[in-house]
Amino acid sequence: MAVAERRILFKHIDEPGYTVDIDCYLKHGGYEDLKKAIKLEPQFIKDEVKKSQLRGRGGAGFSCGVKWGFIDAKKTTKPIYLICNADESEPGTFKDRQIIHKDPHQLIEGMIISCFANSVHLAYLYIRGEFPEGARILEKAIAEAKAKNFLGKNILGAGYDLEIYVHRGAGAYICGEETGLIESIEGKRPYPRIKPPYFPAVLGLYMCPTIVNNVETLCNVKHIVNMGGEAYARIGKPNNTGTRLIGVSGDVKKPGYYEFECGAITLGELIYDVCGGIRNDNKLKAVIPGGSSSKVMRADGRYKVKGANSEMTEIGLNDIPMDFDTFAAVGTMSGSGGVIVMDETRDMVDCIENLSEFYAHESCGQCTPCREGAQWMKKIIHRMNHGHARKEDTDLLKNVADNIAGRTICAFGEACSWPVQSFIAAFRNEFEAKAK
Amino acid sequence: MSISLTPDFEKKLDEAITHYPVSKRSAALPLLHLWQEQFGYISDEAIEFIAKKLEVQSIHILELVTFYPMFRREPIGKHHIKVCRTLSCALGGAHEAHACMKKLTGAQGDDHGPCTSPDGKYTVEYVECLASCGTAPVMMINEEFYENVNSEEKAKELLKKYQ
Repeated sequence: MAVAERRILFKHIDEPGYTVDIDCYLKHGGYEDLKKAIKLEPQFIKDEVKKSQLRGRGGAGFSCGVKWGFIDAKKTTKPIYLICNADESEPGTFKDRQIIHKDPHQLIEGMIISCFANSVHLAYLYIRGEFPEGARILEKAIAEAKAKNFLGKNILGAGYDLEIYVHRGAGAYICGEETGLIESIEGKRPYPRIKPPYFPAVLGLYMCPTIVNNVETLCNVKHIVNMGGEAYARIGKPNNTGTRLIGVSGDVKKPGYYEFECGAITLGELIYDVCGGIRNDNKLKAVIPGGSSSKVMRADGRYKVKGANSEMTEIGLNDIPMDFDTFAAVGTMSGSGGVIVMDETRDMVDCIENLSEFYAHESCGQCTPCREGAQWMKKIIHRMNHGHARKEDTDLLKNVADNIAGRTICAFGEACSWPVQSFIAAFRNEFEAKAK
Repeated sequence: MSISLTPDFEKKLDEAITHYPVSKRSAALPLLHLWQEQFGYISDEAIEFIAKKLEVQSIHILELVTFYPMFRREPIGKHHIKVCRTLSCALGGAHEAHACMKKLTGAQGDDHGPCTSPDGKYTVEYVECLASCGTAPVMMINEEFYENVNSEEKAKELLKKYQ
């Protein structure tokens, strides 16, 4: 039996008759949470978010409450900025697209509440350049919200001012990295900044304290205000609270986007029950569980997880529950919720060649190990996959990857080497077979 | 500089700049987008004009144009077909879709770069992940987005709208 979806953020997505207009949103109870929030103390909302144990949905899974806690509006003399990261570009991920294009006001409401909680008066919504329609929808939504005084001066008579502007990217994946994104809004090349000292909470946009949150994270804030932090924390599992938007693509019969309570569903249930199993009834070979940067998992692998009484047990891929901590425990990550499924007909060297081209194209070029290494990895895999493999290539490739991870300013170094390292670790025989 | 812009267009540029009360330079990407939508590509004149408008050096604009993949320094075909090539789309037939579009439009050139038809009507190009992996293969034609482009009939049907 398939586990039922629990749609909170996706509640109205694809509902017949539901539109992006503010009137439709208001008819469905829209902006009621903002009306509630604006009467509360900002600190109270921050405390609720902390109690909810909400973790960031962009990829790293960092605690939202902790992130917000780095900034104290009473102690800083500088303005505080908030940026919504809608630069959804991690291959395999297509959840934010649904909210942006089908329920934009949910995001705007979540953003306004988050800005109010953090005493932000100027916020930017950074949307990837390839979403021109999404940008228009959001701009219209902002104008509508402004006309109803949910935005602008003296919002709902509460004496609070806020402006939100849409800022379009221009096709660069690295802009999803929060400090690169900040540089991009400053009108520069999106070279990520080094931390320390450039933590966004301290030296963010225009060298002021800045909060950068993913689309899904900000939408969750609205629902936390609605139900209260403690009630929200009861959804999902401790430390893995709330729901997760999951996108499944690749070799399944019914690819698509779904919303489940965190940890309520296993990878096997997701693939076989929800997504109808593997295309053409082939056998499952491998899964990339959280966007292309997460480490690939073998279908026949055994994975060590903590049992109910904290004892270690070994389970198969299909039995892994979909939550942050379990994926981390088995050596990969739930990342951005993008699950890419590959069946037995797929050549793993071919798959990683595709991803290595992506990373070689998207390296910003600031750090030498990544700029050169991503190209080298692409070239080595290309020759391996096109009849020119050398015997030493598998080790050489791993060596290059090992020398990028941990040696770059931002996490792109890991993002481009983890796939290569994990593909080799899981499917070494296929790489070596290329040299025969 | 002998560039003349319509008052309407200039108004759009000025309006975009107001979104960045802290720093004009932040308006560089929006201005480049507006320019490219209007003129099709970013010329030397565009770079000088925008730099002057934002009170920065020309190099500060040029370095953006050479970095961000969406900006181009030369005109392309009237209709721009961008086919996603990243893993999920590749598994779903992106290479077939790209080849099909090249065939139907007569676009020529190396697959790694933009391929334009001799009549200048179409440019077919691979792009990286368009964030719709569940409906592979996907593509954009100009600003419109299309999913599940998995047959020649479907591709032909799409192209009818872009003559």
